[in-house]
Amino acid sequence: MGRLGTITRRGFLVVSAAVAGGAVFGYLKYRQSPDNPLLQNLGDDAAALTPYVRVDSSGITVIVPRAEMGQGVRTTLAALVAEELDVSMDAIRVEHGPASNAYYNSAILAEGVPFAPTDNGLVATQARHFMDVPAKFLGLQLTGGSSSVPDAWEKHRHAGAAARAVLIEAAARVWSVPASSLSTQDGAVVATNGQRLDYTTLAAACADIDVPDVPELKARDEWRLLGKSLPREDMLPKCTGTAQFSIDVQLDNMLYATVRTNPGLGGYMKGFDAAKASGMAGVEHIVPVRGGIAVVARNTWYALQAAKTITFDWYPAPYPDSTEEMFAQVEASFTSDAQDSRMRDDGDVSKALASASAVIEAEYRVPHLAHAAMEPLNATALYHAQGDEAGRIEVWVGTQFPTQVVKEVALIAGVDESNVTVNTTLMGGGFGRRAEMDYVKQAAETAVAIPGMPIKLTWSREEDTTHDAYRPLAIARLRGSVKDSTIDAMDLQLASPSVMESQMGRLGMNVPGPDATIVQGAWEQPYVIDHYRVTGYRAPASLPVSSWRSVGASQNGFFHESAIDELAFATGVDPLEFRLQLINHEPSRTVLEAVRDASGWGEPLPDGHARGVAFVLSFGVPCAQVIEVRADAAGITLVHAWAAVDVGIALDPRNIEAQVIGGLNFGLAAAMYGEITVADGRVEQTNFHDYPSLRFNQAPPVHVSILEHGEHIRGIGEPGTPPAAPALGNAIFAATGQRIRELPFRKQVTFV
Amino acid sequence: MPGSPWCEEIAVQLTVNGESLEVDADLAMPLLWVLRDELGLTGTKFGCGIAQCGACTVHVDGRPVRSCVTPVGTVSGEVMTIEGIGSAEALHAVQEAWIEQQVAQCGYCQSGQIMTAVSLLGDNPQPSDDDIDRAMSGNLCRCGTYPRIRAAVKAAAVRLSEV
Repeated sequence: MGRLGTITRRGFLVVSAAVAGGAVFGYLKYRQSPDNPLLQNLGDDAAALTPYVRVDSSGITVIVPRAEMGQGVRTTLAALVAEELDVSMDAIRVEHGPASNAYYNSAILAEGVPFAPTDNGLVATQARHFMDVPAKFLGLQLTGGSSSVPDAWEKHRHAGAAARAVLIEAAARVWSVPASSLSTQDGAVVATNGQRLDYTTLAAACADIDVPDVPELKARDEWRLLGKSLPREDMLPKCTGTAQFSIDVQLDNMLYATVRTNPGLGGYMKGFDAAKASGMAGVEHIVPVRGGIAVVARNTWYALQAAKTITFDWYPAPYPDSTEEMFAQVEASFTSDAQDSRMRDDGDVSKALASASAVIEAEYRVPHLAHAAMEPLNATALYHAQGDEAGRIEVWVGTQFPTQVVKEVALIAGVDESNVTVNTTLMGGGFGRRAEMDYVKQAAETAVAIPGMPIKLTWSREEDTTHDAYRPLAIARLRGSVKDSTIDAMDLQLASPSVMESQMGRLGMNVPGPDATIVQGAWEQPYVIDHYRVTGYRAPASLPVSSWRSVGASQNGFFHESAIDELAFATGVDPLEFRLQLINHEPSRTVLEAVRDASGWGEPLPDGHARGVAFVLSFGVPCAQVIEVRADAAGITLVHAWAAVDVGIALDPRNIEAQVIGGLNFGLAAAMYGEITVADGRVEQTNFHDYPSLRFNQAPPVHVSILEHGEHIRGIGEPGTPPAAPALGNAIFAATGQRIRELPFRKQVTFV
Repeated sequence: MPGSPWCEEIAVQLTVNGESLEVDADLAMPLLWVLRDELGLTGTKFGCGIAQCGACTVHVDGRPVRSCVTPVGTVSGEVMTIEGIGSAEALHAVQEAWIEQQVAQCGYCQSGQIMTAVSLLGDNPQPSDDDIDRAMSGNLCRCGTYPRIRAAVKAAAVRLSEV
């Protein structure tokens, strides 16, 4: 951490306010702290110690203001606090807490700066820190971009340390001894004579005690919780059916709803006929929502059944009618006018290719993909038109973006944002989809139309599959040449519609400048190639697109690593050794060496077996994967997979392993099967029968190596995904000689 | 709506998790929605509605069924849901194995996975890898927890053999 980082840390914590019976501590990193949400509803015996910890007579609560969508964030972020506070994980409750600007995510925009994650020079470091400013002022309480751990790494530990320091001071005053004579142990302050005072009994005495400016953090060798595999906080409820997902919200007098909206996404509704539906049993209301109709009934099934009977007259979709036309738009975007970025341009690619004895050319393409989380989209809302709470609206929703939910719901209800309460629940997968607002807005619109009644609005799987904001389709063009058993020139041109333009546009935000996601996972790879150029081209907006686990790296990892493999083959050098010869970034080399050694790369394999390797650095994490396949008359079987990652500092190895396995399987599912197509302006796939996913019997054993270079802690929700497709493609090539340049692979091979 | 041609609610007798119940429901209503929306047993999940993902798996007379396509009017046996096989205070051996292996990520599919595994091990206490493949391949997991599910099924088999 350079000098800038030190300055940023200083003054990190200040006393915010004293309230009756306690004190509230908050962050003050700039001139003014965002409102501390824990000031509200604070009982007389409660003291909120930073917005991340609340200690009162009933116990210790850690606020984890990030979406738990399976990545284990509630456990890991709570452990950061518990470590410094000196309490056991069993002794704390974990809450998501309210939607608040105080919980802005400063790490999420850091990925967007135009510096490679391997660049730790002063300018790059400063740029990443400056991203903290817009993130805060936009008030982005957003989960995504594998940013939760990097964002929380200092905030949460400081919060725990500050709370502990104040509790020690409170005990010192009770006992009239110097604070320096006291220590803490397992949720209590301990005196030299062995006397103990539980934190919970000290809570109310914390009121007027100042938080030390920069609480000292534990050295790594003092950690009791961090660095160890902890049981997940949410495991027991998830194994007993008692975990409360968004779809499980139950409120008194609740009604159940579903929607049907224009299959031409973003298109309006001309008219509808719901005569049949409104006469069906169980149906209570038919409510227009933006682009369609909500059916409100006595239970979800009645709503789903009735919705099927409504006939609609739709306006056409505001994009081309078919996938073929959309691909044609992408094909037509490789022009200087449509050039969006050229963030890598080493050497002189044009000259090197012009003088090359042979130019290797290839074109790759990938389709749109749906998120297809297991829990169909849903949200619950309750709007009060009368009584004490008139003008208030409350929402229960699994969302990656609660502060945006507040904004959107306030607009729909026509109320001040302070009248909106968001309860963020567990979510049955997110993968980026739950950063979108469409389903929440529909629930709010429906609730506003039916005041005083809680409305749980649930999409059918068909609505979910056909009304996604998809991973964009994309085309890549490679021109490359080899010389002296290595790459002399590599020119990669990447074209796709812009995720940022589409996603931020739906939020009413305009993002100027290039969209780094068009080239993410390609431009910043740590290969050293004499003549190396990566150019992004922005295709016109068409089908709505959005962040899909690993975003641009999901397609560009496939393009870049297939291309590297083709060039390696042209030299005859072993593809793993070839990569090692081209990479000088030490953590990246180390993960390649780790999968080489773990897999026994190069050792003889049984007949019909072959392996492929791929390496992608995404979200700051170098990840190498080896996949072994067997090719026989029945088709391709996935036999084994190996993955190695370097997360800088590994907080919870077993959870990191789970994320790498899950990320790899998510990438495999898409590479093997994932394809969304459009015809007549509508998405053609509707459910898991025609948008299939990886099944249990197909998933290979995965061996994960977790490495730590020791600096720059990284998140791991996404980096396991990008290498999976190219590793599999390269394995299929090694096994069959067939180089498949278009996903999904199932269009050209059969998987067992 | 009385007299509607689309639906006729009648009193349906059910035994759910050992308890005898009477629910007013259309006989065509899938068991899933009776459990979730009428009885408040939300541990059983809605995933696809067409028996493709297994998230809604429950037992009827010990057999795994997809409750999203099982009309409640056709259910004559005893229904067991995730809430019935064990609880925090008294976990089923399969749930213990799931926790030991730290299987769940988002957790949404895991009720169905566990119900399928309980049924498999009831029929076949020492399943081979192929047996596990056959039994578990109807349950989708988008988080990709499959390797830990396999480990947990095997660990549960050991636990059950030691009882």
